[in-house]
Amino acid sequence: MEYLLLIYEGEKRWEGLSKPEIDKEMGEYGAFGQEFAGTIRGGNALQPTSTATTVRVRDGKRLTTDGPFAETKEQLGGYYLIDAPDLDAAIAVAAKIPGARSGSIEVRPIMTFS
Amino acid sequence: MTAIEEIFRAEWGRLLAALIHLLGDFDVAEEALQEAFAIAVTEWSGETPRNPRAWLYGTARHKALDRLRRQARFADKQAELAYLAPAATSIDSSDEESGVPDERLRLIFTCCHPALAEDAQVALTLRTLCGLTTEEIARAFLVPVATMAQRLVRAKSKIRGAAIPYRVPPAAELRERLSSVMSVVYLVFNEGYAAASGATLVRHDLCAEAIRLARMLRMLMPDPELDALLALMLLHDSRRNARVDDAGEVVLLADQDRARWDRAEIEEGRALLQSSMRRSRPGTYALEAAIAAVHADASSAEETDWRQIVAIYERLYALHPTPVVALNQAVAVSMAEGPAPALPLIDALADSLTGYHLWHAARADILRRLGRSEEALASYRQALALAGNDAERRFLGRRIGELMG
Repeated sequence: MEYLLLIYEGEKRWEGLSKPEIDKEMGEYGAFGQEFAGTIRGGNALQPTSTATTVRVRDGKRLTTDGPFAETKEQLGGYYLIDAPDLDAAIAVAAKIPGARSGSIEVRPIMTFS
Repeated sequence: MTAIEEIFRAEWGRLLAALIHLLGDFDVAEEALQEAFAIAVTEWSGETPRNPRAWLYGTARHKALDRLRRQARFADKQAELAYLAPAATSIDSSDEESGVPDERLRLIFTCCHPALAEDAQVALTLRTLCGLTTEEIARAFLVPVATMAQRLVRAKSKIRGAAIPYRVPPAAELRERLSSVMSVVYLVFNEGYAAASGATLVRHDLCAEAIRLARMLRMLMPDPELDALLALMLLHDSRRNARVDDAGEVVLLADQDRARWDRAEIEEGRALLQSSMRRSRPGTYALEAAIAAVHADASSAEETDWRQIVAIYERLYALHPTPVVALNQAVAVSMAEGPAPALPLIDALADSLTGYHLWHAARADILRRLGRSEEALASYRQALALAGNDAERRFLGRRIGELMG
């Protein structure tokens, strides 16, 4: 079964980190990626929400606005797509993501259409 | 109760747990089991089979497999049948006479999974393990039947959709998960014991279900904390006949007729508490049970060893530093040393407990004992405005009447 692990974190936190602190955390993400190489199907970090654009089509008309879909205290900053036998296994992987310590990981099962 | 009703109460949870394991689906298992009981009502007229558990399981399994095969043929769900095949044969290897494996631990750990909302955990546990109907659970929790039905549907669809596993958690997670199972059991008990709102103070059926669940858990999974939880519930439940008078009014601990306390429950609770304390350091359930046991030891309210109760509250507060524990400790201090030293302890909790009717009621009682009637009256009125239970409201109303008289 596949799950999307969405990493929500206050992106301001990253701005406050020193170079060695950033290197340390990036190293932890690297180690996480290696530890779960057999489980991770994909994943990316996202650029900050200041680069986000939201698009809607209403009555056939395209509306494009600056910024994320919703202003929230923690922002979507990255994701992993994993393959896990059940929710407990997915939760165990999510808990190992370095971002879980400062932010929150949302675990969403992937919908399958038969 | 008829023979079938008795068998339903005794066997529903165990049969359902085994069927869910076999079929991999809560709804299919539940429907099949209901069907089996419906058939039993007509077919057993007068004569119950030698092994009713095996009969019901066999009938429900047959109904469910039949339905799944038909569905599979029509919808071409081959995978489902492939999944079912090995499980269907594995039950024969059970060495128990009925051939029905006991999977209730899997069921309760799944129902109390932390990925489910707490109110859903409670509802699902009562529905599946205790066999309460959706209507009964809705009535017990004072919510509309449609709300409760939706809560159950949503929980079951999350179990299926997010693939919450049907299993007892591995050793590394067991402690944490067992504690969430225990808190669900205790929540069921408290909902019955100190109903937050509604017409009657004690909804005893919920207390009885919580005690039944704890007994079942203890049998399947011995643990000193579980003994302590069961002891706590038994020691509180022992007072049920004395807590409310014939007119349905609240009777305070001090005024209760102790001859109406259930001695058998007290003895069982005390023995469980002792065995729990021998085996491990007391946790919060054990300490709360120990307080209840001190009350049970006193043959009259005057003989209560309040100093010991204050000491136990100190240990409880060290483990579980919440304002409500501090409030109870302050009340115990007022009994051990008088109202004057207790008042500052109560006032110190004003910020965190100002919305809690029992804080106002406790403060009112202490002011009343200090002879500060005007202030006591004001506090009783605030308690009255916040209380959600009719019996408690009537009690507070009487106190106000006494002070004004």
